[in-house]
Amino acid sequence: MPTKNIIEMKNINKLYPGIQALNGVDFIIRRGEAHCLVGQNGSGKSTLIKILSGVEKPEPDSKIIIDGELCNHLNSKISMEKGIQVIYQDLSLFPNLTVAENIAFGSNREKHSKFVNWKNMDKIARKALDEIGVNIQLHKKVEELSIAQQQLVEIAKALTVELKLLILDEPTASLTKREVNSLFRVISRLKEKGISILFVSHKLNEVFEVAEQVTILRDGLKIGVYSPKELDHDKLVYFMTNTREDKNHPKPLEDDADVILNVKNLTKARNYKDISFELKKGEILGITGLLGSGRTELALSLFGMNPPDSGEIIFEKQEVKWRSNREAISAGIGYVPEDRMNHGLIMDQPIIDNITITTLLSYVNKAGLLEDGKRLEMLNEMKEELKIRMSLPEAAVKTLSGGNQQKIVLAKWLKVNPKILILDEPTIGIDVIAKNSIHTLIKVLANLGMSIIMISSEIQEVQTNCHRILIMRDGKILCEFKPDELTEDELLEKYNLS
Amino acid sequence: MNFSALKIFKKNENILTIIIILMILVMSLISPSFFSLENTFDILRGATFIGICSIGFLFVLITNGIDISFTATATVVQFLMASLLLSDKNIPIAVILLGPIVVGGLLGALNGVLINWLKVPAIIITIATLNAYYGGIQFISGGNQLYGFPKWFTSFPRKLVLKVLNDDGVTIGLSSVTVIWILVCIIGFVILRYTMLGRKIYAVGGNTIAADRQGINVNRTRIFVHAFLGLVAGVAAIIHAMLTQTAAPNALIGKEFDVLTAVVLGGASISGGAGSIRGTVLGVLFVAILKNGLTVMAVPTFWHQIFIGLIMVASVATTATRTRLDKKKAGGVDFEEA
Repeated sequence: MPTKNIIEMKNINKLYPGIQALNGVDFIIRRGEAHCLVGQNGSGKSTLIKILSGVEKPEPDSKIIIDGELCNHLNSKISMEKGIQVIYQDLSLFPNLTVAENIAFGSNREKHSKFVNWKNMDKIARKALDEIGVNIQLHKKVEELSIAQQQLVEIAKALTVELKLLILDEPTASLTKREVNSLFRVISRLKEKGISILFVSHKLNEVFEVAEQVTILRDGLKIGVYSPKELDHDKLVYFMTNTREDKNHPKPLEDDADVILNVKNLTKARNYKDISFELKKGEILGITGLLGSGRTELALSLFGMNPPDSGEIIFEKQEVKWRSNREAISAGIGYVPEDRMNHGLIMDQPIIDNITITTLLSYVNKAGLLEDGKRLEMLNEMKEELKIRMSLPEAAVKTLSGGNQQKIVLAKWLKVNPKILILDEPTIGIDVIAKNSIHTLIKVLANLGMSIIMISSEIQEVQTNCHRILIMRDGKILCEFKPDELTEDELLEKYNLS
Repeated sequence: MNFSALKIFKKNENILTIIIILMILVMSLISPSFFSLENTFDILRGATFIGICSIGFLFVLITNGIDISFTATATVVQFLMASLLLSDKNIPIAVILLGPIVVGGLLGALNGVLINWLKVPAIIITIATLNAYYGGIQFISGGNQLYGFPKWFTSFPRKLVLKVLNDDGVTIGLSSVTVIWILVCIIGFVILRYTMLGRKIYAVGGNTIAADRQGINVNRTRIFVHAFLGLVAGVAAIIHAMLTQTAAPNALIGKEFDVLTAVVLGGASISGGAGSIRGTVLGVLFVAILKNGLTVMAVPTFWHQIFIGLIMVASVATTATRTRLDKKKAGGVDFEEA
């Protein structure tokens, strides 16, 4: 007789040195439901998942019941045997192996066979992909797939062993809107089979779309369990953070603000075509559109890294032809790339080295050597100003949370004090509070006269924080509008952005 | 450009095959003595040491590891074997040959154990063991060569398979040592392609973290590949002693880079996860044919090295470009109609 609840966790406590990561949390997932776990960084949601997947052990007085069975001594092997599978954000696939082999790897190993049965492997993989209704070539190597496809391969892989609960950690962080929809279709198919889904997400609008129940954690405490109907965006943010979201629109521009940048008929083959727009001093210009719409390529061209084939860039009333980003930087352009882990920061290096890298020359003494005192001064100033939460200046950047990492990237550009700052997906994968403070900061900077180009896939983000918005598709500007002219839904409808 | 028409160039191995054929054509035109069955058998015999070692080296490279100490291991094996061979006690042939090979496997395994235990990059560990093994051999041998091996031993490479008579009426054929090379290739192929162990080797090299999460014993896999390299290096060392009829403490120094060149030319990735037996054999043949051809054409030796260096740069560059192009083409999700 199957129980109603697949997971019952009672009075879960977890102490780390100095922190109570979880404080008496009760957590229930029903059979065949999609359950969402939300909370900021440090709220305890990753700890809860780690306990459920057997990676971490809770304090002794905690109780875990999986499918009606008390499992107080969970380890990762037992957890998997009980039918719990986790799909991590960084995925656990072998890029050099084929789709089929990746999917069938686990089930092949389970049989303890010493030899590989290639035919059977294809069968297992085909069956798993059919189950989620996805068609991916079995003999393609995983490294040739998009992130979205890779994720589906991973879900298919989870289906090859007995699956009762699938935990998805930030599954939509690097997907386009369309890919997210596809993922949700797969999730509802799994639900029909009676498989429960635990969904961890920062993206609040998705929470409402996919979940039947939402559990909110804050500072290791359970705030409550709600159905999405009882929540709205503002309420959820409030429960998660205990603060209200910054929903202020930027201050209107002065009518006589100077035009700082004028782009005319900018074209680059296979990137973008016939792009024209103006940017005024102190203006926040949003550019939105799907991934692959040419927006990043355009941004790189404005930053001197992807020279256009034809067209003009007029910066401060003069035509410029930057051939490298060094020229663009010295003219006063800053660029915060989308991929902060690979392009924005040197992850293994100290915070202090990262934050001062754009302005190194200003910390040298008369002998031409770097002075650490000056660098520390700059770091402390920025730490204060941007409320960066960090331990030691010597700690590697990768030890910071996503939000604080992004603040480091911003800080190193603020110090340069550019005239135009280009932000490519500035709040991707960071939590609400950090997002809030970045939005506030952007508006403050604009108010001080900095012009900002903000690229974002999140329409709501550009709607609230920009003076003017451009929509791009297939390398062209589709239209231009002011935030109050259209609502998000009208936009999605009209330009088919979903 | 239409890429699909050039599909044949998508595989490193195919390009290498075409280049090898072109090279053979050019060399045959320049020097008629190059294109003969006799020279072919010579090349295959001469390349045995590099060929066998490269199979073991490939295993290590696929796991995203590296091991440059295997020539030192081979030297140790060679000396041990030679000492047993020259000893006046009545030692069974099986012990003389297999004992030292097992020692080679153990010395290789030691590399794996040290890498796992100390968590130091493999290159550092194997430079250290390389020096230690060579130093030890120098000490024990006093820098002297061992020679004067029995006839059954030195004549083994002249035992021929596939015999033919050449124009002068001399019997030529495929050397038994080449056959051993082929056997090692087959064993390597079967392990990599048809055993779970082989797939784990690829998995570890492709994504170590994922392998660990899936419960693959990464440390054990690593020890295995280093031990396997030590083992085949031992086999190669004995064949080398048969061919040169000596065991010299410095005869193998530097050959680790010939092996590395051949394996990388064969398409194995230095960052792990990729590489095949077929490609490796082609890489070995390529280097061997190039060297032989240049020798037949009386080109000075330093030119060989310059050529190989340039070819390696070209090879790595094309692989890197192709990978970039492939990444660009990665597409969206393809859904079936519901």
